[in-house]
Amino acid sequence: MLSKILNILNYLSSKKTIKYALYFFAIIIFFALILVPPIIGILTKTGSLENIFENPELMDTALGAISASFIIGLVVSALDLIAGLPLAWLIARGKSKWLSVLDTLADIPFVVPTAALGYSLLLFWSSSGGISDLFGHPFVSPGWLLVMLLHFTFSFPVVVRVIVGALMDYKMEYERASRTLGSPPLTAARTVTLPIIKPSLIAAFTLAFARSLSETGATFIVAAGVFLNGPVFIQTVSNQFNSGAISQASYEGATVFASLILIVVSLILFALIRVIGQKMKLPFGHGLASLEKKLSYKKAVLSRNGVALGVFLLIVLVPSLFVALPAFQALATGTTFIDVFTGSGVWASYWQSLFLSYGLAAVVTVLGILLGLPMAILIARKTFGKIVSGVLDTLINIPIIVPSIALGISLKFFWSNISGLPEFILLVFAHLAITYPYFVRSMSAAMERITIDMEEASKTLGAKPFTVFKSIVWPITKYSVLSGAIIVFTRSVSETGATLAVATELQTAPVLIVNWVNSVRTGLSTIVGVNELTVGLACGLLILFSFIILLILRLLTKKGNV
Amino acid sequence: MPNVRVVNVTKKYGNVYALDNVSLTIHDKEYFSLLGPSGCGKTTLLRLIAGLIEHDSGEIYIGDRRVDQDPPEDREVGFVFQTFALFPHMTAWDNVLYGPKVKNYDSKQSETIGHEVLELVKLSERLDAYPSELSGGMMQRIAVARALAAGGKILLLDEPLGQLDAKVRNEIRYEIRRMAKDLKLTAIHVTHDQAEAMSISDRIAVMKKGKIIQIGTPKELYMHPNSIFVAHFIGESNFLEGYITKIKGKYATVELRQGLTVKALNEREIKQEERVVLAIRPETCEMKIGYITAENALQGKIDKTTFEGTIIRYEIRLENGDRFVINRPSLTEDWVEIGQEVTITYPLDKAHLFPYPENGLTNETSV
Ligand SMILES: Nc1ncnc2c1ncn2[C@@H]1O[C@H](COP(=O)(O)OP(=O)(O)OP(=O)(O)O)[C@@H](O)[C@H]1O
Ligand SMILES: [Mg+2]
Repeated sequence: MLSKILNILNYLSSKKTIKYALYFFAIIIFFALILVPPIIGILTKTGSLENIFENPELMDTALGAISASFIIGLVVSALDLIAGLPLAWLIARGKSKWLSVLDTLADIPFVVPTAALGYSLLLFWSSSGGISDLFGHPFVSPGWLLVMLLHFTFSFPVVVRVIVGALMDYKMEYERASRTLGSPPLTAARTVTLPIIKPSLIAAFTLAFARSLSETGATFIVAAGVFLNGPVFIQTVSNQFNSGAISQASYEGATVFASLILIVVSLILFALIRVIGQKMKLPFGHGLASLEKKLSYKKAVLSRNGVALGVFLLIVLVPSLFVALPAFQALATGTTFIDVFTGSGVWASYWQSLFLSYGLAAVVTVLGILLGLPMAILIARKTFGKIVSGVLDTLINIPIIVPSIALGISLKFFWSNISGLPEFILLVFAHLAITYPYFVRSMSAAMERITIDMEEASKTLGAKPFTVFKSIVWPITKYSVLSGAIIVFTRSVSETGATLAVATELQTAPVLIVNWVNSVRTGLSTIVGVNELTVGLACGLLILFSFIILLILRLLTKKGNV
Repeated sequence: MPNVRVVNVTKKYGNVYALDNVSLTIHDKEYFSLLGPSGCGKTTLLRLIAGLIEHDSGEIYIGDRRVDQDPPEDREVGFVFQTFALFPHMTAWDNVLYGPKVKNYDSKQSETIGHEVLELVKLSERLDAYPSELSGGMMQRIAVARALAAGGKILLLDEPLGQLDAKVRNEIRYEIRRMAKDLKLTAIHVTHDQAEAMSISDRIAVMKKGKIIQIGTPKELYMHPNSIFVAHFIGESNFLEGYITKIKGKYATVELRQGLTVKALNEREIKQEERVVLAIRPETCEMKIGYITAENALQGKIDKTTFEGTIIRYEIRLENGDRFVINRPSLTEDWVEIGQEVTITYPLDKAHLFPYPENGLTNETSV
């Protein structure tokens, strides 16, 4: 039976027409479902821009919020690089076996859904019970500083991960050569290692910047109504519209205006980063070598590692997990515990939202793999030539670059033209658009590592294309498929901005947490039965489940029976 | 003056001894080779001298200075890597000037040095090209130039010719030696190619499994190998098993398998009745048609001939079934047919006797 299917698949795969049909299908889906709707969506609404030009006050607020977004994004990404580089260096180069633990710890803020992270940070930095207790007043009040801390926390792991990867791939021989030519370690790093891994540094910066621009849910929580950036502004306007505080015209004008600027400016900025990054050279810095020599040896290195670890533990790790404390307190009170697991009161909606989040993430992951795989092959193998691959590769990145709430707003406008589309489908489209690039990128990078030789060798031994895929490509890339899938899944569970924008009825877990936190903190729209304890517990559970899922996936990879 | 002394150095990777209590002195301005089969620890020794890896125990001196705790940048050694390791983000010219620049020479001084070393390696074109745009031979020259420009008095080369094709390799190896000699450098050259080591070295250390087996000039190693391993690894040898039946002065009578007896020089003064291995180089032998009896002669039939250009190689099955190889010049002699009965004679002083190795002959000669 199986061999029959294999035969059929082999027959089909050796047909050129079918192969190309599959590739074309992948391209068409990409354009029709992922790239074009957000562009068209926002363009159809440019008419409503008039409304904001008539309201200069609102426009000023919008512009202020948007510039705050970009400034925070750039500053935070730069800080990420500065703080992430020493830590990544320590992880990649250190010899202690504790470093693999550190390596795993560095992933934690990445798996924790940002909304829960936001609440955790709020508790840690500015609530009684957190470090504020040491000072008797909020150590960091909600506002721009807390937003910066938050953005640093969730983008830092991304930067560390990318740089560690680059350092692992890097050929140490270059650095050794530099040392024998007379450079102390720091000089070797500055003049040889960093310039060579520059593309990864740029990629890390870009990813951190994109994450910072996009993040909505957690930012909304820690901004707490006293600070606006782009996404928070859009969300605030939507809330005001929903509560009837402003008119439909102002709402549309403001959101379209803010989204459009966010999209256009971020696209321009990313293009600039790419161009400038490629041109930028670290100065050779005559005379720096003797200073660097002093900084290269034991004591200096020890204190550098100490600071890197300290920053990671105190600013990233502990604040991320701080929410676990109130969660434990909540568990200690027996009644809450029973409420939680019987799903009574507000907990019914909690379980519903969790179910929705994980279901949605699963659907999006499966679709992402199916639609992304041919695209990844297409890009890696340059099936339609270098140029087409290059163009596709660039276009793929657009949904990552565009702030997700802007993408969501635009998608909503686009699909609202088709009435009767269930909100769930809309959510799938939005999440697919946001997560698709991550999968395709990790997959095509893995495919590029398989040399054509290997495939050709297999073909000369008589294998048909599908067999080649099954026997060569799949075994080598299956871990990348899995890690790509993990990223898609966690991103989807964590996604707040676009979700808030497209869904009005359905509540995913992070959206629910944002609403609950608002209810507790601002008292804007109070939900009966929600208090500090419930929110803490909700966040704690969400983090716990994310861990369990991550663990299962890790175990699956270890065993290799993907 | 920069002689290099390695004293009782040991380096382990897990349970593997990459270097096992190695001691070695390389003289000032000497061209020295580390020779041995793959995995014997040559690269490890070279990297330890350069400071690129840390040793477990022992001492390393450059001149009078103990350097084994110093970082590589303080040891003033130039290192040419097997893969060249040219910095991919710099042009050929910037690669060469890297050393002077990090040492804070002013730009005029750096450029003068750059031009000097490039002249030495005979390269003046395509200096603004990036390494990926250069041919293997050019990369090799730039790598050497870069190491020289840094100004160290010791030049370490790890299989510097390994990536080049045979023809270029033969040309460049003499050039590297000439440069080292012109600049009065102490050079340590790692290779697994015995012909390369023999043709350019003042002295060679032959290594096996983390140990130095023999150190000597190429001639010493060839004429007086101290072990079956060296006799096998430097040049080529026929090995015949037997035991000593009689000793007379410097010479011993050896009974080979099936009672065949021959004579050989007994340098190592092996005792009567001991098992031995007789080593004879193929190119020292004479061959006569037909069976002739003599004290140092072996009879057999030609089994196989291989024409190898300047020489012709005969594989002979001896009377007792052992195999024996001899090489003869191909142009100045008539070729002998397969199946022909021949007598092989060898000079007594060039046949070496070794005690039979504890782990067997094949084990000793396997690398
Ligand atoms: N980084 C390392 N980790 C573990 N083992 C190593 C490492 N480097 C070398 N070894 C081991 O040490 C031994 C000596 O290695 P080394 O590279 O010095 O050999 P080599 O003589 O240079 O061989 P080749 O001619 O193949 O380059 C080998 O058994 C090798 O497997
Ligand atoms: Mg080696």
